Amino acid sequence: MLELLGVPPQVLFGQLLLGLINGSFYALLSLGLAVIFGMLNVINFAHGAQYMLGAFAAWMLLKFAGIGYWWALLLAPLLVGLFGVVLEKTMLSRLYRLDHLYGLLLTFGLALIVEGMFRHWYGVSGQPYPIPKELAGGYNLGFMFLPTYRGWVVAASIVVCFGTWFLIERTRLGAYLRAATENPVLVQAFGINVPVMITATYGFGVALAGLAGVLAAPIYQVNPLMGSNLIIVVFAVVVIGGMGSILGAILTGFMLGILEGFTKVFYPEASNIVIFVVMAVVLLIKPAGLFGREK
Amino acid sequence: MLKKLLAGTALLALSAGAAQAQISGDAVKIGVLTDKSSLYADVSGEGSVVAAQMAVDEYGGKVAGKPIQVISADHQNKADISSNIARQWFDTEGVDAIADLVTSSTALAVQEVARDKGKVTLISGAATSRLTGDACSPTGFHWAYDTYALAVGTGRAVVKEGGKSWFFITADYAFGHTLEADVTREVKALGGEVKGSVRHPLNTSDFSSFLLQAQGSGAQVIGLANAGTDTTNSIKQAAEFGITQAGQSLAGLLLFITDVDSLGLQTAQGLVLTTGFYWDMDDETRAWSAKYEQKIGRKPTMVQAGVYSSVLHYLRAVEAAGTDEGIKVANKMKEIPVKDMFAKNGKVLANGRLAHDMYLARVKKPSQSKGRWDYYDIVRTIPADEAYMKPEASGCAFTKK
Repeated sequence: MLELLGVPPQVLFGQLLLGLINGSFYALLSLGLAVIFGMLNVINFAHGAQYMLGAFAAWMLLKFAGIGYWWALLLAPLLVGLFGVVLEKTMLSRLYRLDHLYGLLLTFGLALIVEGMFRHWYGVSGQPYPIPKELAGGYNLGFMFLPTYRGWVVAASIVVCFGTWFLIERTRLGAYLRAATENPVLVQAFGINVPVMITATYGFGVALAGLAGVLAAPIYQVNPLMGSNLIIVVFAVVVIGGMGSILGAILTGFMLGILEGFTKVFYPEASNIVIFVVMAVVLLIKPAGLFGREK
Repeated sequence: MLKKLLAGTALLALSAGAAQAQISGDAVKIGVLTDKSSLYADVSGEGSVVAAQMAVDEYGGKVAGKPIQVISADHQNKADISSNIARQWFDTEGVDAIADLVTSSTALAVQEVARDKGKVTLISGAATSRLTGDACSPTGFHWAYDTYALAVGTGRAVVKEGGKSWFFITADYAFGHTLEADVTREVKALGGEVKGSVRHPLNTSDFSSFLLQAQGSGAQVIGLANAGTDTTNSIKQAAEFGITQAGQSLAGLLLFITDVDSLGLQTAQGLVLTTGFYWDMDDETRAWSAKYEQKIGRKPTMVQAGVYSSVLHYLRAVEAAGTDEGIKVANKMKEIPVKDMFAKNGKVLANGRLAHDMYLARVKKPSQSKGRWDYYDIVRTIPADEAYMKPEASGCAFTKK
């Protein structure tokens, strides 16, 4: 049988698929970050905490209100997005005139506070969240067993990612947004309410993190640290893709998920650093990122 | 007159000095060095600090006439940070003993520092059997459990139930490596085979890739040589990928009661595990655990109960030795038997290993459980002699024959 470096092809197919699944999370999260950075020029370090909040919101809805997965898929991102809106209105909006660093420090501090609170209340072991009945079980694909739920995650992620891309790059609203980033004063002079648009954009980016959290809840333990474990990788994805590039964030997310998947077969010990190695190489060769433009 | 006064003061100071020389710094200070913020924070963490304080309170707050203090710090599971804190504690803060030390890499580092300075380490959180093997220390103690006992307990039990071929998913640091090696030895000794292993970085969230490799190996048993959320995520995802339904079984080689609580019985039922402590053993353990739960909101893990026991025994030894000088206290600790709610008939071996009975447990079905924390059926008591290595065989330099 055909083997690649001693690994049978069905294992490789399996890893490819798994990489795609992890890539969906990277893509969804880095998409939110890219939207926020692209439109607001804010490096949103609270993104991991907001992802965690999405998962916890789903868990709380189920535990305290008996609201199941499908409603949580809608409600949890809304709640988390609302949290983002409040954050933007009360704190972030005051920092736009200052250096990027201040936004980073503020969001990083907020992330620590939120995670610390949840750690205090719920410990670090995590809470179980069951896979919804409709998506339990799986398919035997011959080369691997694909849990239905993971297939759903990939599909949902692709739809949301390209929907967002379409919204920003191909619609009138998106055009306003992009124009407002380039020259807010001029756009405002045309009668468009730029501050509201910016608040809504931040809320939307945060809601994307919340959505990723809900999608992750049945796979990982719902755990106060789940975001901080992931966020650094996601930042690397955004840097590799090119800060602020929507399409770059999506494609890089999927690509790196797959790359990480292969690393787990060939040299698993390196699976948590391979993305950073790629990041270093990309920064050396193309400092603006794979899909970024030099400013 | 002045001369007399001076002489008197000097005499007084001298005699006071002589009396105090026995206990350095006029207090016995115990530092709890643990993971307060990351994946082992529920297994040890703040709970260990509370457990140490409970031992001190029970002892009356004073030993050899001097007050006892408990301080604590977060070592973030990093060996360099923990040895820095340990040095600072020993050199400038007058700490006499460091307890808990979850995460094997930090425990190995701190025990090294403590050995050089002649201070006592009371390790409960870390697992690696090297602590009382090639890395042993005359003032180092290993209390709650170790990888050898886990291998003897869970490893043997699983092989005897027919799990002859193994594949390991191993956390890539000192603990995972020793646990895998210890279990491998047990499996091979009983005629089993190891088909392979894969090593993952500490604190990984997605295990599907490793599980798939384990599945591909065709081994009957997938041994999880990891801990904390690494283990719970592995178990949860193994169910998702239909691995247990397809006939392979999982062996969680190190499972704590907080892990079972977080997985839920639906997912965890039937798992076999080895533990040094279970809250629901007898009246004594139930009473202590209830008191503990009031403070923390959870039942104690074997690590936290072990911290309590080790601190209590340390204090008894300080009292008996009449000093807090590391090596003298350590020798006393090895002399007097250990008897408390954690270890009913424990004995500290020459290499610093506490030999106490271990328990082989099986996680209950949801229908058998009477409520939260009612999780284990104790299948068998593993006598101390069997559960722990003989000091002569441990590879510890000063116990070699």
